[in-house]
Amino acid sequence: MKISEIAKLIDGELVGAPADDTYEVRKAFASDLMSDVLRFSMEETVLITGLCNNQTMRTSEMSDLRVVVIGRDKQPDEEMLELAEELDITLIKSRYSIFKISGILYGAGIEPLY
Amino acid sequence: MHYTFDIERGNFADAGQASSSVKRALKHLGVDPVSIKRTVVALFEAEINAIAHAYGGRIDVDIDDGKIVMVVADQGPGIPNIDLAMQEGWSTASPQVREMGYGAGMGLPNIKKNTDELKIETEVGVGTTVTMTVYLA
Ligand SMILES: Nc1ncnc2c1ncn2[C@@H]1O[C@H](COP(=O)(O)OP(=O)(O)OP(=O)(O)O)[C@@H](O)[C@H]1O
Ligand SMILES: [Mg+2]
Repeated sequence: MKISEIAKLIDGELVGAPADDTYEVRKAFASDLMSDVLRFSMEETVLITGLCNNQTMRTSEMSDLRVVVIGRDKQPDEEMLELAEELDITLIKSRYSIFKISGILYGAGIEPLY
Repeated sequence: MHYTFDIERGNFADAGQASSSVKRALKHLGVDPVSIKRTVVALFEAEINAIAHAYGGRIDVDIDDGKIVMVVADQGPGIPNIDLAMQEGWSTASPQVREMGYGAGMGLPNIKKNTDELKIETEVGVGTTVTMTVYLA
């Protein structure tokens, strides 16, 4: 699924690095705990999280994540947005809860990481 | 190639900068992606631990043809029981550290999993030195 399609499904707003519309997302992982994220290979994976700070970006960088959904209507600050751009990570901001976002994406065919 | 970084106690705004610099250097050197991922995940976890659980310290990274050696040395409280600390899920992270997204108790197990050699030297009340080696294919 394209990043723009994901954004549309969860009524999200694209911020951070411009979305690469050739990037195909197949899997998702939801967590607010960064060391849990760091345990897995994040190829073709979108991270769904309510953690909205620089550490979300650093963890995504180390995990080679290209796209992160920020749920629960959390607002990234300027510094986080700059970091996202610098690291070439697209953020999708959504008002929906993590549960709702996960349910919608699961229903649309995104697979769980495990 | 040798790199040195200072880590500052509690500075979560800049936490991960050392690991980020090392990641860029490894990419530049043309190291394979799997080794890069293992190296930076291990270094990042150790960097965060020195910021979250200790009072900052210093990171030394040596890269040569065959291996990457990373030493993260902190001044801090030390680890009273390493066996316990190595267990998945065991954490003494403060509420502030949890707010930053850490405290799953997965950091040290992640380091173990991603490195070929891991040595933890620690003394209660003095500090902890974590030495990690990744062999390059
Ligand atoms: N450098 C250190 N100095 C003092 N104590 C440490 C240090 N590193 C780890 N510890 C202790 O070991 C525990 C386990 O560390 P580990 O990295 O596995 O988990 P965590 O840091 O608590 O959570 P996570 O890494 O999943 O965010 C810590 O909670 C802490 O008590
Ligand atoms: Mg840790």
